[in-house]
Amino acid sequence: MTSLTETDLAPAASTSLVDVRGVSKSFGATRALIKGNFDVRPGEVHVLAGENGAGKSTLIKILGGVHRPDAGTVCRDGAPISFRSPREAMAAGVSVIHQELSLIPTMSVMDNIMLGREHSVLGFMTRESQRAFVDGALARIGLAIDPDRLLGSLPVGAQQMIEICKALSTGSGSRLIIMDEPTSALTEPEVERLFTAIAGLKADGCGIIYITHKLEEVYRIADRITVLRDGQHVITAPVDAMPANELIRHMVGRPLAEQIKRRAPLPGVTVLTALGLTVIDRTVHSDAAASPDGTRRVRVSPMNLTVRAGEIVGLAGLQGSGAGDVLAAVFGALDSRYAVHGSMTLAGRSYIPQSPGRAIANGVALLTSDRHRTGFVPAMSIRANTSLAALQTVSPLGWLLMARERALADAVIQTLRVRAQAMTVPITTLSGGNQQKIVLAKWMCTSPRLLLLDEPTRGVDVGAKHEIYELMNQWTEQGMGILLITSEMPELLAMADRIVVMHRGRVMDVMTRNQADAERIIHAAMGGEINGIAE
Amino acid sequence: MASLSETHIRERLHDLRVLWRRVWAYPVTPAIMALVLVLCIGLTFPGEKPIVYGDDGQEMQLPAAFHKWTTHRDTLRLVSVYGILACGMTVVIITAGIDLSVGSVLGLTAVCFPLLLMYFHWPPVLAVCGTLAIGTVCGLVSGGITAVFRIQPFIVTLAMMVFARGLAKAVTGGKKAPLYIQSEDGTIHYPPVVQAIRTRWFDDNLAVVTVVFLISALITWILLSRLRWGRYLYAIGGNEQAARLSGVPVAASKILAYALAGLFSAVAGICQAAQETNGDPEAGATYELTAIAIVVIGGTNLMGGSGGIGLTVLGALTIGYIQKILSINQVPEAWRLMLTGIIIVAAVLVQRRRA
Repeated sequence: MTSLTETDLAPAASTSLVDVRGVSKSFGATRALIKGNFDVRPGEVHVLAGENGAGKSTLIKILGGVHRPDAGTVCRDGAPISFRSPREAMAAGVSVIHQELSLIPTMSVMDNIMLGREHSVLGFMTRESQRAFVDGALARIGLAIDPDRLLGSLPVGAQQMIEICKALSTGSGSRLIIMDEPTSALTEPEVERLFTAIAGLKADGCGIIYITHKLEEVYRIADRITVLRDGQHVITAPVDAMPANELIRHMVGRPLAEQIKRRAPLPGVTVLTALGLTVIDRTVHSDAAASPDGTRRVRVSPMNLTVRAGEIVGLAGLQGSGAGDVLAAVFGALDSRYAVHGSMTLAGRSYIPQSPGRAIANGVALLTSDRHRTGFVPAMSIRANTSLAALQTVSPLGWLLMARERALADAVIQTLRVRAQAMTVPITTLSGGNQQKIVLAKWMCTSPRLLLLDEPTRGVDVGAKHEIYELMNQWTEQGMGILLITSEMPELLAMADRIVVMHRGRVMDVMTRNQADAERIIHAAMGGEINGIAE
Repeated sequence: MASLSETHIRERLHDLRVLWRRVWAYPVTPAIMALVLVLCIGLTFPGEKPIVYGDDGQEMQLPAAFHKWTTHRDTLRLVSVYGILACGMTVVIITAGIDLSVGSVLGLTAVCFPLLLMYFHWPPVLAVCGTLAIGTVCGLVSGGITAVFRIQPFIVTLAMMVFARGLAKAVTGGKKAPLYIQSEDGTIHYPPVVQAIRTRWFDDNLAVVTVVFLISALITWILLSRLRWGRYLYAIGGNEQAARLSGVPVAASKILAYALAGLFSAVAGICQAAQETNGDPEAGATYELTAIAIVVIGGTNLMGGSGGIGLTVLGALTIGYIQKILSINQVPEAWRLMLTGIIIVAAVLVQRRRA
């Protein structure tokens, strides 16, 4: 009965492949999606746009059966549904093609496509029937690939096509296909092939949700565009009604968070200069622009960079911009796969970053973007994590002076106001914000003069966020130079004194705090025309 | 009044539960519990009480084996060689590695020691140091290949296990190398250094090998808890990427861990050869598995990043007592092996932490 009334309330849904009405989803205190509205019609490409954290992934995860909404209804072909698992969504004809491949490189193309739904008789796989099925699936999207080839031996672009082929050959009914940045690993010709396949799917009446960070792609394939911002639906419009500047305005659109206060001291002496800094992937052959797996040979094109004492320099860029590689190169954290060229000076002295250990000894610190993977050691105590990078200063001749370690770590932890029951409990007992503060404390123990921050407030609650901004203010007042990467626009605009925008390894734009505005940054970060480069 | 005492009892129970949770949180608690459990089994099955007949033909009952001090003393002595190997194994496992070669390196050093001492007539101090150096080099090679070429330690040390065993056989031509001199009248003399290692002090109550085990454990404790390098080992085992990005010399630390395992294998090899009064190229086969079992039963996680030497000492005692209890109860070999397997799994299950 209830389902009937709901269907009656949304008559438009009958013409849509999927119709999302008033869907909300929270994770703890974070409201990831608030009353989201969205629909996809047969034969259209609907681009979902928004900055990081706008709610795009939450929405597609609800459609793909990964999350269940807290409120609201999702209708599929007019009937309300609620997927309990990705399998159910797949069976209902919703296919999600993720950014990261979900294929197994050590298995053949055929085994990958058939994984989890092998054709079998009494448990014995029937090769012929599987082969026929896979041949059909490959032919449908015009792929000429031997099904017996090992998946890992194919270029990433081809693997991506196999992923798409696999997604399309599951389930039944009118299809909804969700593509999350499918071209991030593809070369130009592969992108063309994908777009041809998309055109074919449209002609077959499939609906496609397409997420991309590339402006030109939006205007090549979109029929309609929906913009999300801070978990809320902003606008849905046909592509003709939304020119690029309009789209960017909607994506940024917020009154910039004024509560972030930057007290910029007068910049002092130059801390870091990098001339012609270049990062090259050695595994990619020199006459190829990109390797078979789609990674660029030149990760960072020659760029110049200076950071002065007391200054926060923002490095802006979307995924694959190379900003992260710049930080890793300055910290000496890139492994032998990459070659770093160019000359650097640190506080006036010539500086060659060979290893993180040397960088730390020279007063450089790097806060990585993923603290769980690269920031702290989960099994170790709060105190041991704090002193880890500065152990040499508290262990003359290798003998750990526990009292000195405690004095050093606890003093820094106190200035950062970490709330913990004891310094000897594992770091994992802390909240995300306090964990992040401990990782910051680790670097403060090394008394750096140059602090490299990669997403310093990611996964941190609002209170801790503002404490971290305040710390950044204090540190620059003490004469530290900071190089900051952040995907949060308000944070970048509020905290950075100077902003360098990168796109695919190249510096696209440089602006001071006064010149900076969100639209100009996004325009440059998406590879827009260069409006005058300073450096 | 009734309700008051009831709340009182409830509060008391709550306090006890809080206390228990806190005690249980100590890493040694489960290890001690496993040992106590095994000791309880020993008390339940203390072995047959041997009956002897006195001069007057009167029946006399002697105390059961488990109730005698000599049983416990022997347990300690017999587990010492395994314990020495387990010290090195603990260090390696804390870095999230494994060293399968310790048993074979024990065999290699067990034949190298008599070779240097008896055949080349090196002075005892040099012979001991030379043997220790051979073990350390084996560890340096395993560690170096693991760290520099980034090959899984399982494979590298498996290769070293096979190689060192082959080398041990090549050195002596497959024969045992004697550590004694047989004079013409048939009496056997031991070199002083061999005699010293075989000795048991205080009326046979304390074996020198046990002292060597305890010193090895002490050295390991100093490394793990008091030296910077020990902290590095925990950091590498806990999160290698984070450790590298915190300036930890990852390769050097790993090489140190494997070198130490090799050094302790050589120590065990010398002890084993001295106890048996000859160097057997087959010595130490499958000892690596016992060493791993000791570390795991102590509670050190095979995934690395946690654990400690105190746990390993407790684990050594647990394994030693399991063996001893099974042997004093005359459990047949076949059953002994099966029961050991079951007890290892049970002990690890008992130790499993609440998530």
